[in-house]
Amino acid sequence: MDKKDTDKIMTNDFPRREFIKNASLATLGTLLGGKIVFAESFPKGLIPEALLLEESPFTISGKNNGLIVLNDRPINAETPPHLLDPNVTPNDIMFVRNNGIPPKEVNVNKWTLTIEGESAEQTKTYTIADLKSKFKEYTYQLTLECGGNGRSEFTPPAKGNQWTTGAVACPNWTGVKLKDVLKDVGIKSNAVYIGYYGKDTHLSEDPTKVVISRGVPIEKAMEDEALIAWSMNGEEIPYMNGAPLRLVIGGWPASTSGKWLSKIVIRDKVHDGPKMGGKSYRIPKNGIAPGTKVPDEDYEIIESMPVKSLITFPKTGAIVKANQEFEVRGHAWAGDLEVKAVDVSIDFGSSWISCSVTKPVNRLAWQHFSTKITLPESGYYEIWARATDIQGKSQPMVLPGWNPKGYLNNACHRIAIKRL
Amino acid sequence: MVKLSDKEKDALKQINSKLTNLIIVLVLFLGGVRLMLYPPTFLENSSQQIVKEEIDPELIEQGIHVASGLIAAEGYELVNQNCGNCHSYKLVTQNRNTKEGWLETIRWMQETQKLWDLGENEDPLLNYLSTNYGPEETGRRKQLVVTEWYQLN
Ligand code: HEC
Repeated sequence: MDKKDTDKIMTNDFPRREFIKNASLATLGTLLGGKIVFAESFPKGLIPEALLLEESPFTISGKNNGLIVLNDRPINAETPPHLLDPNVTPNDIMFVRNNGIPPKEVNVNKWTLTIEGESAEQTKTYTIADLKSKFKEYTYQLTLECGGNGRSEFTPPAKGNQWTTGAVACPNWTGVKLKDVLKDVGIKSNAVYIGYYGKDTHLSEDPTKVVISRGVPIEKAMEDEALIAWSMNGEEIPYMNGAPLRLVIGGWPASTSGKWLSKIVIRDKVHDGPKMGGKSYRIPKNGIAPGTKVPDEDYEIIESMPVKSLITFPKTGAIVKANQEFEVRGHAWAGDLEVKAVDVSIDFGSSWISCSVTKPVNRLAWQHFSTKITLPESGYYEIWARATDIQGKSQPMVLPGWNPKGYLNNACHRIAIKRL
Repeated sequence: MVKLSDKEKDALKQINSKLTNLIIVLVLFLGGVRLMLYPPTFLENSSQQIVKEEIDPELIEQGIHVASGLIAAEGYELVNQNCGNCHSYKLVTQNRNTKEGWLETIRWMQETQKLWDLGENEDPLLNYLSTNYGPEETGRRKQLVVTEWYQLN
C-alpha cells in the first residue's frame, strides 16, 4: 500500500457491544470484534470507549446523538422531526437504514465500479478518479425516503424496523449522472432495468450471500437527476450512508439508491436481486382489507413515493402564551412529482390554513412550507399538515391502505401544542 | 600510543560508568517497550477483563432480561439462544405479531436469510413471541404522545 492509500483510510474500533455468553458470542466476535477501516471523511473519535459498556447510550459514528436508534445491529436509526428543520439535511442528521454489515474496508483510491449485464454493450470498470475525470460533475438536492417510513403506525402490525416519521432526508448530492456512465458503457436496445450491488455483507456472515440488490427501470435510471454520488453537502458521504460511492435515485424508495456501490447491471428484464421480490418493497396491486393475505404474484414493485410533509418547527410539545404568534414550518415532497400546496389545521382537520410553499431548488428536491399561527383560546391543540401534489392528490388524515410490510404511510404529520 | 594523564583517566572512567548506566536504562526501556508491544498472555487476559466488565448474562431487572432486552417470561431463553446471532434483539422487541405472523417472519428468514430449522423449539418460541410481543390494536391513528412539554419562545 503506498503512502497515498494510507492517507485515504483510517482505522477505528467498531462499536463492540457485549452480548455475553449466549450462543452468539463467537459469531459476534468475528462480526464486530475486528478493526474497521473506513473513509477519511469519517469523523475522528466519535466511537467512545464507553460504548464497550452496555449501559452507555449507543452512538453511531458520524451521526448526531439525537437520532433514534431502532436497531443497533444492523444499524437503523431515524431523525426526529425537529432535527430535520434545515432546508438542506446536514450529514450527521440523515437517517441510517442498513440491511447488512457495512464494508470493513473503504479505500477511496482503490474503490471501483463495474458496469455489466445482459443489456450492457461491454463490461467496464471505473475508479472514482476515472468517474471524476471522464464525466461532468453535477450537484442536486434529492429527497431520499425509506419505503417503510411510517410503518410503526399500521395495524395489524407490519414487520420490520418500526420507523415513525424520520426515515427521510434531502441533502445535496454531488457525482456524475448515471446515464452518462451507462451510455459510456453502451446500452442495448432491449434494456429494461438496472440493478445495483454494494460492498456490504450479509448478517449471517455468509460471504457469498448478497444483502440487498435492488434497482429501477431504465427510464428512471436515465433521468437527469439519477446520480452516482461520492459527495454529500460538499463533504464525503458519511460511512453509514454509503461512502465512498452510492446511487441516488430521488423520489423513489431509498432502497433503490444502493450504498457502498460496486456494481451496476443493465438487465433485459426486471432486476431480480434480493429484496426485489416477495413482499420486499412491494405492495398488493389491488386494495385489500387490513390483515388480508395476498399471494406473491399479486404484488407490484413500489415506484414513486407518495405526497408527504413534515412539520419541523415547532418541535412537538410546545407551550405558547396567550396571543403568542409563532411560525409553523417544514418540508413537503411528492416522489417524482412537485408539491402544489400545503395546508395546516389547528382544529383536527375541520378547517385548513394555506401555507406559503417554495419552489423546489431542482426536480426531486423537497419544498418548504411556512405560515404564522396564533391559537384562539387556551387549551390543547394539534397542528396537522397536509400536502397536495400537482396531480391533486393529498395526504390522508388517517392511515392509507394497509399492506403487509407497512409501506407508504403518508398520513398527515401531527404535533401537539398547548396554549396557556 | 597516546599517554593519558591521571586526570584524563578519571574522566574516562566516569564516562565509562555513565555509559554503562545508560545502557542498563536503555535495556530496561526497550524491554518495557517490548512488553507493551507483545504483552504476555496473562497481561492480555487481565486487560480484556477490564474492558469487558459488563452485564451479568443472567441478570433480570423489572421483568427484563437485561443483556438482551427481552421480556423475561417463560421461553425467553429460546429467543436469547436463536435470535441474536444475525441482528440485535431490538429487531425482535420492536415488532408485534400474532403466532401466525411470527411464524411467517421465521419462515421468511429460513427461506431467504439463512435462519436454521428451529426443530422442537419452534412452537414454544412462537408461544413466547406471540404472548409477549403480540399485536396491539391502535386503530387507524395513534394518540400523540408528548415526552416533554416546553415553553416556545
Ligand atoms: C441467520 C440469521 C438470522 C437469525 C438467526 C435470525 N434472523 Fe431475524 N432477520 C435476519 C435478517 C437478515 C433480517 C433482515 C434484517 C433487515 O432487513 O434489517 C431479519 C429480520 C427480522 C425481523 C424483521 C422482519 C422483516 O420483515 O424485516 C424480525 C421480526 C426478526 N428478524 C426476528 C427474528 C427472530 C424472532 C429470530 C429467532 C427465531 C431471528 N430473527 C433470528 C436474519 C436472522
